[in-house]
Amino acid sequence: MTRKPILFRLMAPHIAPAVLALVAAAALVPIANLVFPADHPLHVPTGTVVLLGKWLTYALLAVALDLVWGYCGILSLGHGAFFALGGYAMGMHLMREIGPRGVYGHPVLPDFMVFLSFEELPIAWWGFDVFAWAAFMALFVPGLLAFVFGWLAFRSRVTGVYLSIITQAGTYALMLAFFRNELGFGGNNGLTDFKDVLGFSLQADGTRAALFALSALALAGGLLLAQAIVTSKLGLVLVAIRDAEARTRFLGYRVERFKLFVFTLSAMMAGLAGALYVPQVGIINPSEFSPANSIEAVVWVAVGGRGTLSGAALGAVLVNWAKSFLTGAYPEAWLFVLGFLFVAVTLFLPKGILGALRSVRLGRRARAAQATSAQPAEVRG
Amino acid sequence: MTTILEKPRDAAPRTTDALLYLDAVGVSFDGFKALDNLSLVIEPGEMRAVIGPNGAGKTTMMDVITGKTRPDTGTVLLGGVHDLTRLDEAAIAQLGIGRKFQKPTVFEMVSVEENLVLALAGRRGVRATLFHRRSAEEARRIAEILEIVKLEDRRPEPAGALSHGQKQWLEIGMLLAQDPSLLLVDEPVAGMTDAETEMTADLLRRINVDHTVVVVEHDMSFVRALGVKVSVLHEGSVLAEGSLDQVSADPRVIEVYLGR
Ligand SMILES: Nc1ncnc2c1ncn2[C@@H]1O[C@H](COP(=O)(O)OP(=O)(O)O)[C@@H](O)[C@H]1O
Ligand SMILES: [Mg+2]
Repeated sequence: MTRKPILFRLMAPHIAPAVLALVAAAALVPIANLVFPADHPLHVPTGTVVLLGKWLTYALLAVALDLVWGYCGILSLGHGAFFALGGYAMGMHLMREIGPRGVYGHPVLPDFMVFLSFEELPIAWWGFDVFAWAAFMALFVPGLLAFVFGWLAFRSRVTGVYLSIITQAGTYALMLAFFRNELGFGGNNGLTDFKDVLGFSLQADGTRAALFALSALALAGGLLLAQAIVTSKLGLVLVAIRDAEARTRFLGYRVERFKLFVFTLSAMMAGLAGALYVPQVGIINPSEFSPANSIEAVVWVAVGGRGTLSGAALGAVLVNWAKSFLTGAYPEAWLFVLGFLFVAVTLFLPKGILGALRSVRLGRRARAAQATSAQPAEVRG
Repeated sequence: MTTILEKPRDAAPRTTDALLYLDAVGVSFDGFKALDNLSLVIEPGEMRAVIGPNGAGKTTMMDVITGKTRPDTGTVLLGGVHDLTRLDEAAIAQLGIGRKFQKPTVFEMVSVEENLVLALAGRRGVRATLFHRRSAEEARRIAEILEIVKLEDRRPEPAGALSHGQKQWLEIGMLLAQDPSLLLVDEPVAGMTDAETEMTADLLRRINVDHTVVVVEHDMSFVRALGVKVSVLHEGSVLAEGSLDQVSADPRVIEVYLGR
């Protein structure tokens, strides 16, 4: 028996439906929004489209996090930083695209730079008038940061809770840095008042529907890529590292290289998610780096099911759905609910929603097999 | 990947024909000497049993050979040319030293078969594993090993579901899959029934046909069943060496074993 071909591996029972649903949503939701009139029962209002699109970018972040945490055991409490960096890269492009239409009417400098008396465009902003450059940087900068960080941390064998704490401190440090006006990224106001992207108005229903569709397709692509990785032999090595890192070394695997690969790739996925997020919400500011954001992402993955990929995506959508509902009704309660959710899931659903569903299904199948077969089924520990 | 016989560029001239050469190795933990002036020479193709009371330094010796612990003093050479004190665990494993741990350590969450896939000799890089396709030869090898360690029926089950003895065998199977030139086996029969112990002795003898083996064990009947040269370790150095009958007759060895 040889290893199954890639197409077959991607058709795993919980990935294929998720990908198909996302592709269908990418086509149908824009139609429901743009084609059906507002009073039609199948009409999806623009507000909902934007909200769903935002959740899908969170879901992509969750899949990225699940890849490192669920499969390789690296509990990153700083993945929000990669998301935010991708968001800033896109935000910088959207700022440059405003051009001379800003309040101050400066031909090149964004409003906040004029306000802060910048003489010229900081070097970091060069090239961001070109969309392709911004898109590249949205992947490159998070990837580079993850690579440098990972190279230092994994080579010196920093693991477990120490690694988690460093990632958390890292995102906090970035937040403080981005709060500073001198850094040239808009200080605590961040980047906002975007007008259009690639010539399409960000306020237009069509643009918003298109961004939704792109987010759905990006999530589908992220799921497929992650699935291809975790079902390869490399994915097996990742699980081996998660379960017995030292043992993996004695088999001759350079553990730090595998961690570096998956951590960097995951950071780039998170960066892509951030880049899709910003044009939909219309703002990016340093609070996206806040440590609580990264922790929230961990809760999404835990709720949906660690090490299940599609479960992580599901968890992100469900928790944010609950959040949008709750923050409307009781805004102060959200953090407590989040904490409670994490504790409850850890205690009662250690494999998350998807993991629990899967055990139920396996259990039912086992019972069915037992009922039909004459011999008693073997008891397995 | 380099092999044992390939000389590293900066190597000293070959001074020994031994496969494994330990000379005057010392390791201390906070002043306590776990290994003290330990010297041991293993010839290619040999099987050697290392015995000694608890705390004699047997596991520490394996830690030194596999790169887990750096010795404070002494020489550790593989194939006469590779200085193992300067290499890390992965590099040493890639040179062809495989290890079975005292406490069975298999990957509990993945299947028996996948444990063997992980161990199977082959390229260990990120790219090689990402694009790896299992060849017919590899599949054949896995089937063969599953048969040798008698785990064919447990192939798809998570290794965590195996019994203690089966985990020990799976780990030996993983060593076979790795196909190293030198196997270090730490207390393989601890916690096994008599029948399992006998089967393990058979297994090791079979492995020794084309591999060099160093086996650490407490169980004297097992060592007798192996019928190989024995080194007795005591307080971090070799106390006696020879056939089991010779060393059992050595008054210093009797003193160490009975004087406890
Ligand atoms: N990492 C360590 N730190 C401190 N002491 C250790 C460590 N590893 C082993 N030792 C000590 O070194 C001695 C030899 O241990 P070990 O090699 O495990 O013995 P054996 O395997 O022969 O029973 C023991 O006294 C043990 O307590
Ligand atoms: Mg020991």
